[in-house]
Amino acid sequence: MIPMHHYLIVSLILFTVGVLGVLVRRNAIVIFMSIELMLNAVNLAFVAVSKQLHQMDGQIFVFFIMAVAAAEAAIGLAIVVAFYRNKRSVDVEKINVMKW
Amino acid sequence: MADLIYLIPLFPLAGVVINGILMRGRGEKLIGTIGSLTVFASFVASALAFRELIQLDPEARIMTNVVFPWISSGALQIPIAFQFDPLSAVMCLTVSGVAFLIHVYSIGYMHGEYGYRRYFTYLNLFVFAMLMLVLGNNFVVMFVGWEGVGLCSYLLIGYWYEKKSASDAGKKAFIVNRIGDFGFLLAMFLIFWHFGSLEFEGVKAQVAGQHGSAVITVATLLLFLGATGKSAQIPLYMWLPDAMEGPTPVSALIHAATMVTAGVYMVARTNFLFALAPVSMGVVATVGAITAFYAATIGFAQNDIKRVLAYSTISQLGYMFLAVGVGAFAAGIFHLMTHAFFKALLFMAAGSVMHALAGELDMRKMGGLRSKMPATFLTFFLATLAISGIPGLSGFFSKDEILWTAFSNTRGHLLLYAIGLVTAGMTAFYMFRAVFMTFFGKPRDEHLFEHAHESPKVMTIPLWILAFLAIVGGYVGVPKILGGMNRFEHFLHPVFAQGNHVIEASAAHAAHHSHSIELGLMALSVIVALIGIAAAYFMYMKKPESPARFAERFPVLYKTVYNKYYWDEWNDALVVRPVKWSSTNFLWGFFDNILIDGSVNGVAWLARWFGGQFRKLQSGYVFTYALSILVGAVVIFGAVFWFIGL
Repeated sequence: MIPMHHYLIVSLILFTVGVLGVLVRRNAIVIFMSIELMLNAVNLAFVAVSKQLHQMDGQIFVFFIMAVAAAEAAIGLAIVVAFYRNKRSVDVEKINVMKW
Repeated sequence: MADLIYLIPLFPLAGVVINGILMRGRGEKLIGTIGSLTVFASFVASALAFRELIQLDPEARIMTNVVFPWISSGALQIPIAFQFDPLSAVMCLTVSGVAFLIHVYSIGYMHGEYGYRRYFTYLNLFVFAMLMLVLGNNFVVMFVGWEGVGLCSYLLIGYWYEKKSASDAGKKAFIVNRIGDFGFLLAMFLIFWHFGSLEFEGVKAQVAGQHGSAVITVATLLLFLGATGKSAQIPLYMWLPDAMEGPTPVSALIHAATMVTAGVYMVARTNFLFALAPVSMGVVATVGAITAFYAATIGFAQNDIKRVLAYSTISQLGYMFLAVGVGAFAAGIFHLMTHAFFKALLFMAAGSVMHALAGELDMRKMGGLRSKMPATFLTFFLATLAISGIPGLSGFFSKDEILWTAFSNTRGHLLLYAIGLVTAGMTAFYMFRAVFMTFFGKPRDEHLFEHAHESPKVMTIPLWILAFLAIVGGYVGVPKILGGMNRFEHFLHPVFAQGNHVIEASAAHAAHHSHSIELGLMALSVIVALIGIAAAYFMYMKKPESPARFAERFPVLYKTVYNKYYWDEWNDALVVRPVKWSSTNFLWGFFDNILIDGSVNGVAWLARWFGGQFRKLQSGYVFTYALSILVGAVVIFGAVFWFIGL
């Protein structure tokens, strides 16, 4: 069998990549993709640990996360659409009206 | 009656309220009558309390009346409470009696003055404060009265507040007083710290075996500093001559008979503390003697009749301090009482003269008034005889008692006696100089002389009453050596017993008791007084050009004395200017402007700076926000895992 820590390391790498994507990328869609990536990394971690501990709790929670991720993506994309209608661009650096 | 002692100060306080608030726009007669009646009520109450007091056993003559607990803070328990013992009885009767006569006199003197109601209100307030002072059974109530009389002194000296010299004099009096009060306060703190109590009886009970204690010496010296401020001794006397700017009855009451005696009363009241500190008593006696001499010399050259009397007051107060300083507390209080009579009389008679001459004070413009103002002349003359110590009048008995005790007491000294004796001669001289210049000889200003007239009865009757007291007031204290029983000293004995006991016990040598020496000294003081009178007669009656010739022969001496030894000028240069400079440049310029304002403004500046920094977080730049979310999450998780121990 593949030892658990391998799965956790992969999950960690995926999560980090996702975080970096949120921080660095300018395109709003790409930021969403990175968020999804983070959520999936966490899913992977849950499943791996659940397999290790022979309990179903982790895998049940993965379903929750997926449902939430879907709902959140729907809302977020609606916001991006509204944003595009105002600024004709999805570049987050264009969000700068409420600064001092 | 013991439970009603609070009425004694309450009546004048009621007078303040009534005259001050309810009597707006009322007539002079009503205001003056109310003012006088309240003081008379106090006098009656004091007399009734006195009557009850003498029915008590001599050793237990003390009536206490606790009105209400005022300060109650752990170990510090200070009630508003009054104590009526022989000493307070003497003071209450003297204060209320003389004050009553002066109130009546003022009805005539202040006639037509703008602010008549204000005058009587303040005068009643003064009597209230003075009675609080003498009746208080603890230091704090006494201090309340002490400050109160200082305040009223300021208010009344500056009565004609639109006149700059008057308002300046009022401020000077109050500020100089305050310096003394500082000493009084420090002494109170020390006494409370050392004895744990501020009640006179409470402290008195704890003084066993503390002779020569350093704490008590410092405390009594500080108390004496307070006394010098209030009673115008060196170094805090300079306010009193300036205080003559106030109306003459004010000078009579406050600066002759009552307020200035508060210092003497205070030393007498705390005799048990002073007895334990021979150093302090020495200081008191020496300062008293020197001040008496010094003030008398200044009185030689003054031309303003009220100034002469003012310096005379300072000089006589010096005598009183000399007495209490050598342990003759009863003698000091005796002189306080007789002095109240004849000095108030002198001031009021001088006021009568001023009234007749339309406010003229300069004796060089007077002369020959005895034919025009017989009542004023006679009473003034009697008072002058009294103050000069002529036998048969009250001043003789009290002054002689002081001189004898200065000579013979265990804490007395020959030098103190000598200064006192010389000063007695000088007193006779300058007082008779005043009499001769004012009432005898040829009138020096015809115009003023024309209009001179005797004062109305409301003014002259109090003069006669005081003259009577100035004559007979001494007979309560006729010493044994002249066949009397010295009732006065016996009456006051229980108050001073403890102090006297400590002094006797600590005596290095026994007191003189020789009868012949005492009689000899008595005769000597009479001779000295007569010499003074003769000198005054010679210089001002027989050869009126003598004073001018003397001034020519000794110009420097004359100028120095005439200018009061330049005391005020020295004081200005050495004390006032440096204080003013340091206040303006250092305390205000540096401390207030730079330090304090800087700190307050600095706090505001700091708040703005922080705000500026925090504002930079709101950049509107999304990535910054995202980064801060991440950093925050990491920090929190890290902290949680750290504390769980992962």
